[in-house]
Amino acid sequence: MTERVKLMQGNEACVEGALDAGVLFYAGYPITPSSEIAEEFAAKLPKVGGKFIQMEDEIASMGAVVGASLAGKKAVTATSGPGFSLKQEIIGFANMIEAPCVIMNVQRAGPSTGLPTSPAQGDVMQARWGTHGDHPALVLCPNSVTDAYLLSFQAVNWAERFRTPVILLLDETIGHLRERVILPRKDEMVITNRKQPHGAPGSFQPYDITDEDLIPPLPPYGGGYRFHTTGLYHDETGFPSNRPEVTSRLLNRLHEKIDKYKETLFLYETYGLRQANQLIISYGASARSAKAAWRIAREKGLLVGLLILKTIWPFPEEIVAQAGHDKNNIVVAEMNRGQLIGEVERVMDKRIPIRGAQRADGVLITPEQILAKLEGVN
Amino acid sequence: MEMEKYFRVDKLPHIWCPGCGHGSVMMSIVKGIDKMGWDPEKVTVVSGIGCSSRAPGYMNFNTLHTVHGRPIAFATGIKLANPELHVIVITGDGDGAAIGGNHLIHACRRNIGINVVLFNNQIYGMTSGQYSPMTPEGSMATTSPYGNIEPPFDLCELTRSAGANFVARGTVYHLPKLDSYIEKAFGKEGFSYVEAISQCPTYYGRRNKMKTPLEMLEWQKKNSIDIKKARDLDSEQLKGKIITGIFAERDDEEYTARYDQLIKSVQGGKE
Repeated sequence: MTERVKLMQGNEACVEGALDAGVLFYAGYPITPSSEIAEEFAAKLPKVGGKFIQMEDEIASMGAVVGASLAGKKAVTATSGPGFSLKQEIIGFANMIEAPCVIMNVQRAGPSTGLPTSPAQGDVMQARWGTHGDHPALVLCPNSVTDAYLLSFQAVNWAERFRTPVILLLDETIGHLRERVILPRKDEMVITNRKQPHGAPGSFQPYDITDEDLIPPLPPYGGGYRFHTTGLYHDETGFPSNRPEVTSRLLNRLHEKIDKYKETLFLYETYGLRQANQLIISYGASARSAKAAWRIAREKGLLVGLLILKTIWPFPEEIVAQAGHDKNNIVVAEMNRGQLIGEVERVMDKRIPIRGAQRADGVLITPEQILAKLEGVN
Repeated sequence: MEMEKYFRVDKLPHIWCPGCGHGSVMMSIVKGIDKMGWDPEKVTVVSGIGCSSRAPGYMNFNTLHTVHGRPIAFATGIKLANPELHVIVITGDGDGAAIGGNHLIHACRRNIGINVVLFNNQIYGMTSGQYSPMTPEGSMATTSPYGNIEPPFDLCELTRSAGANFVARGTVYHLPKLDSYIEKAFGKEGFSYVEAISQCPTYYGRRNKMKTPLEMLEWQKKNSIDIKKARDLDSEQLKGKIITGIFAERDDEEYTARYDQLIKSVQGGKE
């Protein structure tokens, strides 16, 4: 087998990545600008023996995805802002019961119905804190069609490995972008499957943590291990408990099982960081304009570095601090009124000036807007 | 007792109040599973939120206590992902008729092989006594302190119209009949809906001139009318009555079977 060279759309690449990772179930509800994801799954899943269902609403599709996951299938849904809002309760449920699943959110300009066909990155904080309670979040942001494929594949793998919902946060630009992609050979893609129990079914406790990775095995319904699952705080048996020590043990473990492997979760690209006294930080579609701005600045002889984040939650504190600690100007480029910039400010030395290159009018941010925030451009 | 193997006896006593009807309905479901001879490993019981939705915790199958109003959505994912499973949904009048109403009608429309048993105690018990969409008109509840002015939903009529393969309503008072409805529902391939009129002495009875659970059961007895007899009565005569019996019984093709056909035809070209 050789590398696969294709002309592909971002939304389509998400589907390809998920299918290559072993996804066999999709439930969704039509919403712009994510609908191509549903359409592609509808066409392709039956061909590989998988199931597609268009549910009656966004909430139902999130519920069906978690149900299918518990029945043993790798499951995905896709949506955009308004639907992402509706899905939040069950995303929290998936967090709590540790159901592997992937939620693709192709961001459009909000709040409310907003601008359905225009790009935005206004759901950065919602992807982190959208569902109630003190939950962890694992969120990936592609900035190209190739990235959409690779991160979709990665999202499914990590959902399985960490038994957690993973959010693939695209934006309208990346979702609808068509470009040439060179995908790795299929036999180079390493698939992760959720851990299975090995003991006797009679003594099985669904949340008994014996492994170092703090992640309990998840047998499928019908697989011989009968167990109970609830969104209430529960002990290792899976049954509800309101004992303070049980509550804190579960909540802490939900965080620790991801925190423990944080360093391996940080995906990013860097350009010219070493010979730089200024830094641009960006992600998603904005990162494309940031890269153009970086190139122009370099051509002008400015010492500028570029950090493109692909994992935005957990926030890659160490990576950002390392890239920015010796700079005298940091520009955070994003299509909102300043969401991830708050995180950058949190981790950086207060003496370093941090400027936002922000755009939230439904138009892709331009390299010029980002350049204007650098020092010494004119 | 022979039924004990279907229960997680170490989880008892249950959380329901003395005199509550929910335990009787849960037993009726377990008897139905026993009659079907289903392998307990292949049975999945899904519930939402509320008093009724606590039942799966006591039942020794694969059990899933989900979020409020959405158990049918979860159950749809489970059944479609693995059609071999027998998927039962336990829900209540708040969970199933209010917040979850949309999922109920669409599951009927698809005729997906899920057996829904709705415990209708006509009140939000878990949150201590607010009126539900199935609370009778005139009833007192904490959120209808001057009497409920909303007419109750007839979900048997709704699910019949929406395409369920089997629809019936029984009561805790007429328990053997309820057993037979549940057994028939479980025997159907497609979607089934069985409504079980249950009693909430704590939050409904006490506020509505039925001081004891016994009075509530007598109310069920007195107000129930068989669907065959009901056909001869007009709406005025039927006001406030509980119409019991089988509302729909058909054998339309089940959804996951249709989906398997679709997969076959897509994979094998035109058949």
